[in-house]
Amino acid sequence: MRLLTQSGPTLAEHEAMHGRLTLPPRVQLLDAVEAAGLLGRGGAGFPTARKMRTVGAGKHPAVLGNACEGEPASRKDVQLLTRHPHLVLDGLAVAAAAVGAKDVHLALHADSPALPVLRAALAERRQPVTLHEVPRRYTASEETALISFVNTGTAKPLFTPPRPFEQGIAKRPTLVNNAETLAHLALIARHGPAWFREVGDPEEPGTLLLTVDGAVVEVPSGRPLRQVADLGGKQAVLVGGYFGTWISVAQAHEVTLTHRDLRAAGGALGAGIVLTLPAGSCGLVETARVAAYLANENAGQCGPCFNGLPAIANAVRALAVGPWDEATMVALDRWLGVVPGRGACHHPDGAVRFVLSALAVFAQDVAAHRAGHPCAGAHAASVLPVPRRGAA
Amino acid sequence: MRLRVNPIECAAHGLCAELLPEWVSLDEWGYPAVDDQPLPAQLVKDAKRAAAACPTLALKLLHD
Repeated sequence: MRLLTQSGPTLAEHEAMHGRLTLPPRVQLLDAVEAAGLLGRGGAGFPTARKMRTVGAGKHPAVLGNACEGEPASRKDVQLLTRHPHLVLDGLAVAAAAVGAKDVHLALHADSPALPVLRAALAERRQPVTLHEVPRRYTASEETALISFVNTGTAKPLFTPPRPFEQGIAKRPTLVNNAETLAHLALIARHGPAWFREVGDPEEPGTLLLTVDGAVVEVPSGRPLRQVADLGGKQAVLVGGYFGTWISVAQAHEVTLTHRDLRAAGGALGAGIVLTLPAGSCGLVETARVAAYLANENAGQCGPCFNGLPAIANAVRALAVGPWDEATMVALDRWLGVVPGRGACHHPDGAVRFVLSALAVFAQDVAAHRAGHPCAGAHAASVLPVPRRGAA
Repeated sequence: MRLRVNPIECAAHGLCAELLPEWVSLDEWGYPAVDDQPLPAQLVKDAKRAAAACPTLALKLLHD
């Protein structure tokens, strides 16, 4: 365990475990992050050093730590932040040093249990970090929505370009890094790139924080999925959360936990979320619930999204529990084709990808439902967590 | 040049599809779907007119 150690949350305990952070010179730091090959842990898996070099080349850059963890089935960032807040704050210091930023921000959900822990941790340090309490909506923690929240108080995605690395907080080029990415930076600055690469897949090195059926684990990247998730008696696996995709159990037995492998399987590692669906459940009913959640969570800005996602969600529900008619299926196919790529952010694209993967992986169930045989699992207990609407 | 819609600004007036049907189609809710390939030279003039006519200025002509 590198991140999730036995260390307590105080600065003294943190420094007893990891040693005090001394920041190397900027050039050396950038080279170390690049040599480490760290990929962002927020979902996209973009090389952190490349983002840093771009932002660092601009004028008066800013840094924004994203600790919102918008995926309902993800728990890894809140675990990391509540158990080891100083790792993330060290990471913010490293990121700021690497790009030469004096303006440093950290965004969390307003109801996050990590908020008091971070406040206490900041009180132990001399580090100017502005905390932002973001509303708990799915699209509110998309990076341009966070930039908008910091700039204007409205957490809704923006039209791009400009991307945050071009123009973000107060129009400054802004480095946005996920909380786990920051924690890895804290350790790369201490131990160097060779140490970082000692574990994990050579192309995507280091450890990963995963949330597997609600439990947080830290494993080296590249580990077979079947070793971290219990696939016995399961019918499918959702990887990457609600921005991800369903894969079959047969695929789940084959893949390793890398962006490369999961993409090749038509899935996504995303922010490290793995959810297994028991044999007795109905994948279509589960998908319909999540599709309705994603539809409700649209930001109300883009016509194809605020019209298309509710239409898609209603059709998936009709497919799952009826009443079923063939015209709905024809319309669903059309909507799944016309909606993606037409929002300001990728929310509609993610929702469509999620539904498309369900229609592929649960194709037999789709056929059964269409033939008028909804499965017994339609009334099984819900597996995928969906926040209540209106919850803070 | 390419045509892009800012979907946040777009309010489904539909003028773009009237003025540039070769490149813009409307979905069933009235929002435009725009071909994101480079515009053929003979359409650039009409594309400029469509962009200027958009009541919310959501239609943008971008230089490659």
